[in-house]
Amino acid sequence: MLGQSLKYLSAQLNDKKISSVELTTEYLNRIRSLNAKLNAFITINEALSLEQARMADQLIAAGNASPLTGIPIAQKDIFCTKGWLTTCGSKMLANFTAPYNATVIERFNQIGAVNIGKTNMDEFAMGSSNETSFFGPVKNPWDIHAVPGGSSGGSACAVAAGMAPAATGTDTGGSIRQPAALCGISGIKPTYGLVSRFGMIAFASSLDQGGPMAKSAEDLALMLNVMVGFDERDSTSLQREIEDYRRDLEKPLAGLRIGLPKEYFDQGLNDEVAHAVTQAIEEYQKLGASVIEVSLPNAGLSIPVYYVIAPAEASSNLSRFDGVRYGYRAKQYVNLDDMYKKTRTQGFGQEVKRRILIGTYVLSHGYYDAYYIKAQKLRRLIANDFTDVFKRCDVLMGPTTPTVAFDLGEKSDDPIQMYLSDIYTSSVNLAGLPGMSIPIGFGKKGRPIGLQIIGNYFKEAQMLNVAHQYQKVTDWHLQVPIK
Amino acid sequence: MQWETVIGLEVHAQLSTKAKIFSGAPTLYGAEPNTQACGIDIALPGVLPVLNIGAVERAIKFGLAVGAAINSPSIFARKNYFYPDLPKGYQISQYEIPIVQGGSVTIQIGDKAKIVRLTRAHLEEDAGKSLHEDFHGMSGIDLNRAGTPLLEIVSEPDMRSSAEAVAYAKSLHALVQWVEICDGNMQEGSFRCDANVSVRPYGTDKLGTRCEIKNLNSFRFLEKAIEYEVKRQIEILEDGGRIIQETRLYDANEDETRTMRSKEDAHDYRYFPDPDLLPLVISPELIEQIKQQLPELPEAKRIRYQGDYALSDYDAAVLTTSKAVSDYFEVMVQSLPDQPKLCANWIMGELIGKLNKENSEILNCSIKPEQLSRLLQRIIDGTISGKAAKIVFESMWQGEHAGDVDRIIAAKGLIQVSNQGEIEKLIDAVLEANLQQVNDYKNGKEKAFNSLVGQVMKASKGKANPMQVNTILREKLKG
Repeated sequence: MLGQSLKYLSAQLNDKKISSVELTTEYLNRIRSLNAKLNAFITINEALSLEQARMADQLIAAGNASPLTGIPIAQKDIFCTKGWLTTCGSKMLANFTAPYNATVIERFNQIGAVNIGKTNMDEFAMGSSNETSFFGPVKNPWDIHAVPGGSSGGSACAVAAGMAPAATGTDTGGSIRQPAALCGISGIKPTYGLVSRFGMIAFASSLDQGGPMAKSAEDLALMLNVMVGFDERDSTSLQREIEDYRRDLEKPLAGLRIGLPKEYFDQGLNDEVAHAVTQAIEEYQKLGASVIEVSLPNAGLSIPVYYVIAPAEASSNLSRFDGVRYGYRAKQYVNLDDMYKKTRTQGFGQEVKRRILIGTYVLSHGYYDAYYIKAQKLRRLIANDFTDVFKRCDVLMGPTTPTVAFDLGEKSDDPIQMYLSDIYTSSVNLAGLPGMSIPIGFGKKGRPIGLQIIGNYFKEAQMLNVAHQYQKVTDWHLQVPIK
Repeated sequence: MQWETVIGLEVHAQLSTKAKIFSGAPTLYGAEPNTQACGIDIALPGVLPVLNIGAVERAIKFGLAVGAAINSPSIFARKNYFYPDLPKGYQISQYEIPIVQGGSVTIQIGDKAKIVRLTRAHLEEDAGKSLHEDFHGMSGIDLNRAGTPLLEIVSEPDMRSSAEAVAYAKSLHALVQWVEICDGNMQEGSFRCDANVSVRPYGTDKLGTRCEIKNLNSFRFLEKAIEYEVKRQIEILEDGGRIIQETRLYDANEDETRTMRSKEDAHDYRYFPDPDLLPLVISPELIEQIKQQLPELPEAKRIRYQGDYALSDYDAAVLTTSKAVSDYFEVMVQSLPDQPKLCANWIMGELIGKLNKENSEILNCSIKPEQLSRLLQRIIDGTISGKAAKIVFESMWQGEHAGDVDRIIAAKGLIQVSNQGEIEKLIDAVLEANLQQVNDYKNGKEKAFNSLVGQVMKASKGKANPMQVNTILREKLKG
């Protein structure tokens, strides 16, 4: 069963070929055998998972199953999960058991999916390599010397290595798409506002968006059907009609207009990635799509704008971790200020502290206009670029990342280089658009390459269609690193 | 040198919603610590704020009552600072664009009216409380109050004395209760004032350096704190010193203000728009709907009382100092439509006098307006004298005979003697016993007449109808 699609597993469960308890046990065994090496999960709780599996089997027996009932799903450790340790990859929350469920978790619980474990991640989702996790880096299952990407690196690794058929992730500047690309799986970040942020520990509120990671576009559609929905507990949640994201999967691509932003094919792009992307585009042309070159003139501003806005919001969002009410508190301190300082100095890792400092600086009196306000104005320009090009094409395509997965430790001391790995993804968050990554090949060292597909607002079904049609004629998404 | 005092007030009015401004937890006062704080109030990881529309409606109501503009959209912003009773490490407030902009409040200083302009009023959440006693070197944190909705009402520096500041604060205090957006309970902190105080030489336009005095939770403290602060600032300036802009706390025990933090120590709050909350858009329909619900406002009532009831400006002003007082008055004139002045006199004299003396409020008054009307009815129909009415009033206040006017009159034997024969008898007896004064009167001493009336009243134990006594006595003395 390992490595099978959600659709297949669902059919097996419904046909009583296998029970959820059996399926869950199979995945738990797989996790047990691989996690020491790959470190994809922070928390496994076999008792809780199996309890959910038993309940799922009852639902199935009663004929009340929906497509993901009884299927094990790995949950990024950023989603508060009642009764589970919810650490967000940080020492600050290493002892925090969530007393409530995030809406995303609740939605999976409601349809009887099984939580197979909480996946490793960059601390507070700040990182592009999973090396900032307090619980140690995740390894790329294709090459354990390589990073899996981040921040949803644990989820990407778990799916790629067959430790879970699908997983949740969150994407603030590329945190679903970049690890999906680096681990050779599919992932989609929906339009901002489609997936509730309630219970998803905030990094940068105006950019954060939850989304699924799985083997194929078809599986992503099934996951989105569960994850998307209005939530009155999130004021930025959008109230829209319910969609079935599978509905357009089989549409032919004849007449599809693909825009290739020239800024995504500049000198920063590695040759082997460029080559794979070109080949994928050719495949699309064979499927009847037409290709036009477009321009996103402000694309180059996305990294600087992102690294003003995201840290600004983060510096405020992370203020609640003060040692007063829950989480880590320094052992010794002489007074209140000292308690704050020591708690936050000891409880946060280097990258988190760097971003809190940047964020505090750009919001400070006298700098606010020059940084924060200016970044907001540029954010608008970046979004307008997309609005313009979507008048002439249906989807944009380009590389998800400038290179294949880099080596563990390669960039961990060079934040600027690290930040540049999100160069093609962060503008999508700034604009609030949906973006996805699908596997399209491998580099010379056998490390995966991803194609980024960017759609207009609420065009997820179309993007999944575009991805699915490609996956029907290619088998990159079926490749597995570990048998 | 002659100095002019300049005062602006910031008032925090707690809005009377049942639930908090960004969570569903209750706002009830006085519960066991941390029993009215939900996950959102204690800022668990991952929680998000959802705006309580009830708080918005109350802010709009206030805005309309002071003739202000309602901004749409207005923006919620985060005010960032660390404190244990501030769970998120930021307070959600409004900064650059508040919901209420401008407006004014009219205050009465003696017989003069003055307009105090408002700068703005904005919505924000309250913090919790830090309890420093009873924890042996530690502090206790109670987050029940965290997330309680507040309307911060900021005035222009339009007040020129502590008396004006107090009049403004009282006027605002009455208004927020009048439009039913705040219970006005100052002991429970539902209405708190901060005062910005500066002085400048008379006749100059430039504002002096100001100090902000925090958390003045009674009108008396507001008055005393300002007076102390003005004196302190003038002394410094007259000694050639200069005022340092700072935040000060009023110590009621010592009756002085003390430095809390200087401008240099002031927080950089790093305000920025809260990305968890959308800009607050208010439809014209909602504003219109709230306008319809607005009660007749004090200013309008005051003008109407002068027209409808021929009351003086002063009487009308006193009767409209609070909704409770005007409601009381209106219930009374409903049953005594020809006697608005009598009603006004009794409310302003006996009733308010007694309430002030007992440190009580008209809302909790044991004498209901219907009862007081009945009492006045008995004066009008001649059953009792005005003097006897005061005895009945006192008895009603004490709750004797279930406050029933007629039973009290009967029990105390206060029915006025209006019987011609009985009064004549009393007068005859008095005249006989006071021949000297009768002679004095006949020789032109008017004073002697008053003395005789007094004697008759005394002989009747105050029950004789004084008008009748007057008339009959004059006639008898003529003879």
